[in-house]
Amino acid sequence: MISSSPSTSSPWSIDLLLRCWQRLAAAVAGGVLLLLVAYLIAESLPALMRIGPLALLTDPSWHPLEGSFALLPMVMASVGIALLAMALALPLGLAIALFLTVYAGRRLRAIYVAMLELLAGIPSVILGFWGLVALVPVIARWQAPGTSLLAAALVLALMITPTIALLSHLVLRQAAQTHALTTAALALSHYAHIFRVVLPVAMPALASTALLALGRALGETMVVLMVAGNVVQFPASLTTPVRSLTANIALEMAYARQEHRSALFVSGLVLLLVAGGLYFLIARLQRGDKEQAPVESAA
Amino acid sequence: MIRSLRQRPWSDSLLALACTGAALLLAGIFFFLLWDLVRPGIGGLSWQFVSTLPAAAGRDGGIAPVIVSTLLILGVCLALSVPVALGTAIFLAQQQRGLPWAAWTRRSLDLLAAVPSVVFGLFGAVVFCELLGLGYSIAAGGLTLACMVLPFMIRAAEDGLRAVPREYHLAANALGLSQYRLLGAVILPAAAPALLAALVLAIARALAETAALLFTSGYVLRMPSSLFDSGRTLSVHIYDLAMNVNGGERNAYRSALVLLVLLLLINTATHTLSRCLSGKARI
Amino acid sequence: MKRTAKRSLICLLPLTLALVACNRPAPPQEKLTITGSSTIAPLLVEIAQRYELQHPQLKIDVQSGGSARGIADTRQGNAHIGTVSRSPQADEQDLHWYGLARDGVGIIVNTANPVVSLSTRQIVDIYTGKLTDWAAITGKSAAISVVNKAEGRSTLEVFLRFFALRNSDIHAHVIIGDNQQGIKTVAGNAGAIGYVSIGSAEVAIKDGAAIKLLPVNGIDATIGNVANGSFPIARTLHLITTDTVDEQAQRFISYCLSASVHDLIESQYFVPVVH
Repeated sequence: MISSSPSTSSPWSIDLLLRCWQRLAAAVAGGVLLLLVAYLIAESLPALMRIGPLALLTDPSWHPLEGSFALLPMVMASVGIALLAMALALPLGLAIALFLTVYAGRRLRAIYVAMLELLAGIPSVILGFWGLVALVPVIARWQAPGTSLLAAALVLALMITPTIALLSHLVLRQAAQTHALTTAALALSHYAHIFRVVLPVAMPALASTALLALGRALGETMVVLMVAGNVVQFPASLTTPVRSLTANIALEMAYARQEHRSALFVSGLVLLLVAGGLYFLIARLQRGDKEQAPVESAA
Repeated sequence: MIRSLRQRPWSDSLLALACTGAALLLAGIFFFLLWDLVRPGIGGLSWQFVSTLPAAAGRDGGIAPVIVSTLLILGVCLALSVPVALGTAIFLAQQQRGLPWAAWTRRSLDLLAAVPSVVFGLFGAVVFCELLGLGYSIAAGGLTLACMVLPFMIRAAEDGLRAVPREYHLAANALGLSQYRLLGAVILPAAAPALLAALVLAIARALAETAALLFTSGYVLRMPSSLFDSGRTLSVHIYDLAMNVNGGERNAYRSALVLLVLLLLINTATHTLSRCLSGKARI
Repeated sequence: MKRTAKRSLICLLPLTLALVACNRPAPPQEKLTITGSSTIAPLLVEIAQRYELQHPQLKIDVQSGGSARGIADTRQGNAHIGTVSRSPQADEQDLHWYGLARDGVGIIVNTANPVVSLSTRQIVDIYTGKLTDWAAITGKSAAISVVNKAEGRSTLEVFLRFFALRNSDIHAHVIIGDNQQGIKTVAGNAGAIGYVSIGSAEVAIKDGAAIKLLPVNGIDATIGNVANGSFPIARTLHLITTDTVDEQAQRFISYCLSASVHDLIESQYFVPVVH
């Protein structure tokens, strides 16, 4: 209680402390995450050395106990499920975020946000189970067996929509507030306000939200395990049962031994590479957008 | 050009329709899902259920120790992840967007959101349970969970901090505010809603986690007496009752409802707390 | 004042963390750790609870996480006892295996399916993709959805051995992990066929799930028939230890194998192994 008022204490020592805290935090975060990747690589190495990375692409099937380790179908399945889920969840989440920002009253917004926060916290076991009981039989009536890429993408979309909606809502609200006076003064329509002002301003933050959600969709395990069907094959159509890289780990880790176990870690490593590849592509697309953006605003 | 921007009544109503429709759709699915959870779970949900010890591997009895373990693990997770995530987010938000290493850090954090939780679980089992010697314990579970929500928290918090208008920084610099005052009086209150959302989503994610905890905080149903005891969370309990315990489904649904109520309480508390904090900080 | 409080909070946090990290009390003297199969874990929790009542100084921590983990933890000394829900492999003879209980594996189909029994030949044809429609068996056309277990799972191993199949011969439409997933999958698909633990299936049927168990070789798939040995497809649930066994652990194993836990084993819908 020596420094009860801020003016008597030296602000610089606190600043130093703050700076130390930030550096330390960043170092801890970076260290932990590097350690995680190192662990993943270390566990994958035996399989990579023994069977070779090429076999992962060229083996005819995934039967690790019979020495066959094809990962490519699962890569396609993981990407397919995640992209389809994003294609569904992104417009839905954005529309909901707009609804919250522009159309909903204060009370309705509070209730709706509370609902989204609850939805975000439903364990994926429950969502997966629910998908298996409520959604899969509906698809099965149309195209057996029902467990499919489509089912996985639908439940996954339900799972990531709250995250997208909540985070986008914040971004949009900030953008809308910042420019509210200007657009009001110009008497812009809602439509113009949103599409010509709010969305372009909020775009970088929205893109970053979408990336977070994509990561979540790629990494989700339980939901996909329950409703995707888990057959290792290329996704020929929406109703094909497929297995994702994450489901592969969760399905087989419990009994896996030796190379089999190591090969499952390779699935995790490949998933990281796939995510990295997707992010790279998206970054390229974004850069392309940015080059066009000034032209449009000048018009 | 300007006239076309001003008068688009049909596009306005179309947009309103689409947005409201989307909101109604999700709300509809949510209540459908909630109804499917409530119908089998609400019967027999009582104070006794949340306050007594489990029996017969969870098929009978209550879930008191499970709730305590859940809260302890969540507490450890947040106590560790919030300071680290906030510090890192502030640090990253100060860097220029263009700096290559900052961009690299950001991208690798995004990547880590894609690491399946099983992998975090096995990682936690090796690092915290074995190397740090914590064994199956609430501490190890909380640490693992902290690692898991870290990338997510950092990214969401950094986005929130970046959204604080540049003018605020400029004004604060012009006033010669120390970094401490700048953060405490200007930036954190301005970014509070975003930080709060990051926190609430991280809590949701932590409470929903199963696989990472099965390998670290474990499976024990006893009431924990310290942070170094093993204890299972509600999600692990639900998973086990639904998947492994024959005849455990009814209690699985009940536990799921308890989890939702708990989440609602925690979220409300977080919102209230943040309103108090940011309200006072603005003065 | 408020600022000071906030500041001290910021300073205290890392300190608390450091304390949390260092201040680890010595583990209690009498503690048994058991890890392994998720199938066996609920049963062992119950046995451990009863044993703890009789031995109040002892704490038994039962952990789940899979049979592979049970073996790894036991070998590395992280666990006193491991649990494994499959048979020992050739390179696992260094461990001691104790049969705790048996778990029958039964063929299930949807209740909407008129089929009442399948021959071994028919099951093999269905699983290898030679039969793809129920018409050939029941006369009513419906596509068959073959539900198989994931590679390495012990029920898969038992199933393959009984029908003399290789996993790569099987043409599956759905691959599942746990029994409950199999039950829900078959219950939601009128043309599906799968195989799950008989105990799990009997409980689910009692709770109204839309599945039925089919007889194998004319023998009904019931727990009773697994118990009297007439039902042919079953796996054994094991406890394992290394050569150097803690005395306390040895006593607990003897208790697990004794008749005084048979009621618990039966209450989990498994079949006790009589020693």
